[in-house]
Amino acid sequence: MTDTAAVDAAGLVKTFGRLRAVDGVDLHVRQGEIFGVLGPNGAGKTTALRMLATLLPIDAGQARVFGVDVNREPHRVRQLIGITGQYASVDEDLTATENLWMFGRLQGLRSADARAAAKRLLAQFDLEEAADKPIAQFSGGMRRRLDLAASLITRPPLIFLDEPTTGLDPRTRGQMWDTIRSPVTESCTVLLTTQYLDEADQLAGRIAVIDRGRKVAEGTPDELKASVGNSTLQVQLAEGADQELARQIVRRIAGAEPVLTPGSGRMNVPLDTADRAADVLIGFRQSGVAITSVSVAKPTLDDVFFAITGHGADTEDDPNPAGTGASEAGAGHETVLEVQ
Amino acid sequence: MSTMTADPASVGSAPLRTVDPAAAVAGTRPRTTTTETVSQTLIMAWRALKKMRRNPEQFFDVTLQPLLFTAMFAYIFGGAISGNVHSYLPLLIPGIVAQTVLTTCMSTGVQLREDMEKGVFDRFKALPMARIAPLAGPMVADLVRYLIAAGLTFVMGVIIGYRPAGGVLGVLGAIVLAMFTGWALAWIFTFIGSIAKSARAVQGMSFLFLFPLTFLSNAFVRVTTLPGWLQAFVKVNPVSHLVSATRALANQGVVTSEAGWTLLAGLVVIAIFAPLSVRSYRRHM
Repeated sequence: MTDTAAVDAAGLVKTFGRLRAVDGVDLHVRQGEIFGVLGPNGAGKTTALRMLATLLPIDAGQARVFGVDVNREPHRVRQLIGITGQYASVDEDLTATENLWMFGRLQGLRSADARAAAKRLLAQFDLEEAADKPIAQFSGGMRRRLDLAASLITRPPLIFLDEPTTGLDPRTRGQMWDTIRSPVTESCTVLLTTQYLDEADQLAGRIAVIDRGRKVAEGTPDELKASVGNSTLQVQLAEGADQELARQIVRRIAGAEPVLTPGSGRMNVPLDTADRAADVLIGFRQSGVAITSVSVAKPTLDDVFFAITGHGADTEDDPNPAGTGASEAGAGHETVLEVQ
Repeated sequence: MSTMTADPASVGSAPLRTVDPAAAVAGTRPRTTTTETVSQTLIMAWRALKKMRRNPEQFFDVTLQPLLFTAMFAYIFGGAISGNVHSYLPLLIPGIVAQTVLTTCMSTGVQLREDMEKGVFDRFKALPMARIAPLAGPMVADLVRYLIAAGLTFVMGVIIGYRPAGGVLGVLGAIVLAMFTGWALAWIFTFIGSIAKSARAVQGMSFLFLFPLTFLSNAFVRVTTLPGWLQAFVKVNPVSHLVSATRALANQGVVTSEAGWTLLAGLVVIAIFAPLSVRSYRRHM
């Protein structure tokens, strides 16, 4: 039984009207790992996660959680999972202690045990001072931590984290990462969704990249980043500059294929190390290629998307006719779909 | 006890306390038992009561409405309908009891809709709990509201001169019957709450039920004063049965067959709308 996958999903499909929000996704999450599902807004990652967590019916394909069929035995699956949502799934009108006590009781803990579990979790999550405050007075970071604590009351073997740090400021984000990596979740398998490559990089052992309802890549963070280099040089070529010459220089010096946005003269160059940026720029000056601006950045999700799909993470034009304008909705369209 | 072998791909060091998935799977139960369902419903009722205590403005309708409507209707219609205010009260008070309890039912549906839009309902849905508990729990808590609504109406009646001849027991019986009917009819509004798109829509749809049920009844007037075709509807309206039964209890201290019809109507409503509500809540996943 120890080799049963924590999550084994094949050909998952979810359709909303004419839109295939999840279009045949396979996921295989091994026991004990932190697995990241990475993709832009509206890619279908939250929808996929909600199907696995029994919150949405699966239209086609099948999914098993520790060997238990999600569609056929959702009640059993619910006893094996904890879910922490994109929006705080704790009760605003109750205090932190009351929330944890209630969720413990609802899962069959006796009153005293639920109280003890609440106390233990509040200590582990550094929320003791706020134990008796209503959640309405909590900061965003505290809310997410409480939310995660609520998922861990009965120590389920599988935890779903849906965009655990979206909307948090950078410092609070770091704290949330520490919490997710800390011993409190160590014995659980974690499946998390995120829009941030650095978050997936920080937390996940393996990553699946989702785009327009399909899985477009899967691998370790290092493998994914290797496909785009360790940093990206962004150059704005001056008007009239020889774009073909610039491309050749990049190929020769950086040994990589640049991504050129033809109309605007913007060029993205994947680099093994940031040091190579200087070599490329010197090459440009020696050959008389004029530039107007330059920056060196860590690869973003956008770069990974360019590399894997050939289009950006939030591209406007939609080459896929099945999308029927869905990508135009851009940010938040996934959320809109779920209220319907 | 079997131990979990460390997966080569797992991140971090050896687990502090191993969750053994195989044991966890073996320990799962296929469905909720009746005992679990009852206990989960009571926990959800506990939650609803906590919320009531922290948002006392929720009690405005159940406190102000009986006080206001009792006095208003008594002084405005008393002379016209019964010759004077005093002789109208035995007719009016049971009518107001039925009306306030019904209005309170409506807010059950509205509040459920508001509640279901909150993130916490995601967690309830993902928990291995009975699907009926999140619906039935708040309704159990709402019994408090029906008690306040019905009780205050009698108190207000007594203040302006009502002397229920049925005595304390009769009045208590009337209140209990009104609470049961309110709880039963609330399933209609819970169903509306589970299918409507927004709390505002619940309110609109609820009025469609509420107004005919309360006003096309014997709550405020004698049935004999109505045109024949209207009498036919008034006689089958469950609210009329509730009002008649309440009048008999409060004014004569007797349990009539009307009380039986009221109970039966209540049970029929529950039998139809409770399964519909649960089905619709499930589908909302």
